[in-house]
Amino acid sequence: MGIKSYCFKKSLWLYHFAGASCNNCDIEVLDCLTPRYDVERFGMLLIGSVRHADVLLVAGSINKKCKSRLLEVYHQAPKPLVVVAIGACGITGGIFAEGNTFAGPVDKIIPVDVYIPGCPPKPEAILAGIVNFLNKS
Amino acid sequence: MAGHIFYFLIFPGLLFAGVGGGLLSWFDRKITARVQFRVGPPLLQPFYDFVKLMAKETIIPSNAARTVFLLAPILAVSGGCLSSVFILLPGFGISTGFKGDLIVVFYLLMVPSLSYIIGALASGNPIANLGASREMKLIIGYELSLLLVLAAVILKAGNSISLGEIIVVQQQQGAFIGSISGILLFIVAMMCVQAKLAFVPFDIADAETEIAGGIFLEFSGFTLAMVKLAKYIMLLVLPSFVVVILLGGFRFEGIHILWSLLKLLGVVLLITLVRNTNPRLTIGQSMRFFFIWMNLFAIIAIVLAYFGY
Repeated sequence: MGIKSYCFKKSLWLYHFAGASCNNCDIEVLDCLTPRYDVERFGMLLIGSVRHADVLLVAGSINKKCKSRLLEVYHQAPKPLVVVAIGACGITGGIFAEGNTFAGPVDKIIPVDVYIPGCPPKPEAILAGIVNFLNKS
Repeated sequence: MAGHIFYFLIFPGLLFAGVGGGLLSWFDRKITARVQFRVGPPLLQPFYDFVKLMAKETIIPSNAARTVFLLAPILAVSGGCLSSVFILLPGFGISTGFKGDLIVVFYLLMVPSLSYIIGALASGNPIANLGASREMKLIIGYELSLLLVLAAVILKAGNSISLGEIIVVQQQQGAFIGSISGILLFIVAMMCVQAKLAFVPFDIADAETEIAGGIFLEFSGFTLAMVKLAKYIMLLVLPSFVVVILLGGFRFEGIHILWSLLKLLGVVLLITLVRNTNPRLTIGQSMRFFFIWMNLFAIIAIVLAYFGY
């Protein structure tokens, strides 16, 4: 493993994209920052600008309005970029899959590296998903 | 000439200040984590961040001024290195033979903030421009207070404007902080350092929750790595500056090595604790804070120093 990919894994900065979500996955993401779970011990930080991001967390179903926004955010981020789809809505569409305004699950719009199922997933599940991905690749 | 390049690039310039500042940045993050009952990042975290950012793609916004946008972070790093050379050489007891370096240092310490402003204005992003205007207002606020502190230090050192002589005076008569005016000056200097480092009560220019990173919003990859390096260097340089002008400088013999290190870590610890126990101020509040209270404290300190307290 080269030093570049090692440092990349050791310092992931997360950018949080909330689609048309019910906000529950977003709150579980924020739970990961609390003292009980503390993602900073893996070097992860939640940052405000997508230009600094290494990981794009996408939560919630993607409807026709936010599809173009998601694409724009994806193209604005510097590569290499890990895309994580969180929650049932991000992966399959969940209860919105049959809806009029539904524009497809996240992996039909942008390539997704990690899927974290659950409605909402527990903070432990989010951490386990990302750490498994890091150990695998 | 070779000696000067060595001073600038290796010790106490780029390499030393970058590595030392990185370690101090880990210390700051670890203390922050411990204050919030978290575990905190591993020791090498700042270096992982730096290498990762160097390896990433650098995006230049389509409506940015390319050259200025790319050069501004490098200017910030060189300003940080120069100020580190001018502060740490007298601090380590190596004579530069340069009278009046205090004034030069005062201007060099401003270079990183000015470069961030230039880079943000060149990026062509309206939110980054908002951050730049906030940073400008903050500079207008704290520069006068810092200048008054330096004036008081010059007065206490017997009208000497050389850092080397200021350290010698303190080592003969005891550090300046051992008097009433010294304590007032220390408070004002710490607040100015806090604002110069853009730490929390004064982080209005890069407020992440308000304006999404502010002046650093458009930097990515290599340019962001340079900004981080400049921030690491300033985290070493500014506390050393406070130690040099008010706490008696560094000494490198026997037990004094430990004592010097403790002074530096103590100053960084104070900055971190202030950062963790205060909410962000608005621009008006922070300017009022510096214009009224900090300037008042500094002027009282000057008057006290004039009468020998």
